[in-house]
Amino acid sequence: MDPNNVIICRCSDVSLQDLYDLFEEGYTTFEELKRIKRVGMGPCQANTCGKMVQWEIAKYFNKPLASVEFHNMRPFTMGVKLNAIKEAADDEE
Amino acid sequence: MKNKALPNTADVVIIGGGVSGCSIAWNLAKQGQKNIVVIEREYLTSGATGRCGAGVRQQWATKANCILAKQSVEFFEQAQAILEYDGDVEFKQEGYLIVSSTPEETAQFKKNVRLQNSLGIPSKLLTKAEAKQIVPHLNTDVIDAATFCGTDGHLNPFTMTDAYYKAAKRLGVSFYTYTTVEDIDVKNGAIHAVKTNKGTIKTDVVVNAAGGWAKEIGEMAGVDIPVFSENHEILVTEPVEKMQGPMVISFSHNIYCQQTPHGAFIMGRGDKNMPKGHDVSSSWTFLDDMSKTVTTLLPPIGELRVIRQWGGLYNISPDHQPIISDAKDVKGFYMACGFSGHGFMLAPMTGLLLSELILGKTPSLPMEDMALDRFEGKEITEFETSVV
Ligand SMILES: Cc1cc2nc3c(=O)[nH]c(=O)nc-3n(C[C@H](O)[C@H](O)[C@H](O)COP(=O)(O)OP(=O)(O)OC[C@H]3O[C@@H](n4cnc5c(N)ncnc54)[C@H](O)[C@@H]3O)c2cc1C
Ligand code: FES
Repeated sequence: MDPNNVIICRCSDVSLQDLYDLFEEGYTTFEELKRIKRVGMGPCQANTCGKMVQWEIAKYFNKPLASVEFHNMRPFTMGVKLNAIKEAADDEE
Repeated sequence: MKNKALPNTADVVIIGGGVSGCSIAWNLAKQGQKNIVVIEREYLTSGATGRCGAGVRQQWATKANCILAKQSVEFFEQAQAILEYDGDVEFKQEGYLIVSSTPEETAQFKKNVRLQNSLGIPSKLLTKAEAKQIVPHLNTDVIDAATFCGTDGHLNPFTMTDAYYKAAKRLGVSFYTYTTVEDIDVKNGAIHAVKTNKGTIKTDVVVNAAGGWAKEIGEMAGVDIPVFSENHEILVTEPVEKMQGPMVISFSHNIYCQQTPHGAFIMGRGDKNMPKGHDVSSSWTFLDDMSKTVTTLLPPIGELRVIRQWGGLYNISPDHQPIISDAKDVKGFYMACGFSGHGFMLAPMTGLLLSELILGKTPSLPMEDMALDRFEGKEITEFETSVV
């Protein structure tokens, strides 16, 4: 199948060909891919595409899957409203 | 890029793959310098560059910062074409609205605007009502006045750095990521070699563009750089429909907040009690303080969901202006650091000026205000006050 038509990250609209282009430019880790193309940065926070991205990195660079690092998860796996944080902070005072 | 073996020699070794290192590399290569190597401990933008607020402004309180910022904006306006970039650097010029909270602060802002205008920066003082026209959800009960400059704005740190990287690579610059500089050899007062965890490179010229680790890199070469690092926290919300054009900032409320072209809001603030060091962790205190501040100044933003928070290092100099300089005691050692929280927006001038200094050309701007030796034996009395 044409890698241009294989969508890896639906949230950020990144195709397999986009990943290949980044690999060729010298970007080889999840952390780098997500910064240039927002791979894994969408509303699902890589729940959908994460494993596929790891798999494609492993295949392309001929590395064992287990050696490909997943991207750093940041605090908040679900969004919290700023107002809710403010109210909780006010309650503590 | 990381599979190549490190070369044994180079004409210039740049330490740090942030926006400064990449801009310096491109500027040097463009002026004909060969054999340039950039060494980065992790990946490009893994330091402050990839953690920053993406803001570009010319409204400063010192002459040096104003001029550096203005000429950098002129570059950003053309960056896409000059660097022949295939991506999008997302330069959005919808202004910075800087609000004051007291008449005293407004008086200082008037002085700033006079200085900015004298240097050709099109900023102006606004009443509360005028400010509200630009940002309708601004709570004018907690402000006194504002200044606005329409050519300030937002720029994507990742793609901007990528643009410099690709352009530099096309001119022959070699980049080595996941490679750490561990020591610098100085012989008879001159740079001799750079030692990394992957090998040693002989070179006469080293550029310290190591951001939060600039002091430590200086120590490796025996150069004392009076800077320190400090964690600054920041958060991002879910993307939403466009509702805010300019960046809104307040020094007295301690906040900057803008909506990126992608739709997400990013906002940050400083913390006076933050210890010096290299820690970049995230805290609840920041979230609590940030939520209170933003809901006071820009109430409707309270309805947005936070999706991530992180921290990054400010590298702070005694007068809050950058150090773009050589080192008098170590020949071949150059530095670009101490940006004090605004080095992303100055990158074009950082690269231009430092490359001219390295190549022995007459710099495009007088550089005394950026020299390392400006601090020697002097009490710092004038410093940039317009910082969050
Ligand atoms: C939260 C936050 C918000 C900010 N907001 C803005 C803003 O809105 N606008 C603005 O203009 N500026 C902003 N800044 C400041 C801006 O991010 C920095 O001034 C700028 O990115 C500095 O770029 P740099 O390339 O000099 O340093 P960095 O981006 O920090 O790059 C230095 C690089 O050197 C590498 N390095 C360090 N030591 C070694 C070693 N021993 N060997 C190999 N590599 C090494 C690091 O890994 C790093 O990648 C902000 C900063 C923070 C933290
Ligand atoms: S599919 Fe990639 S972030 Fe959701």
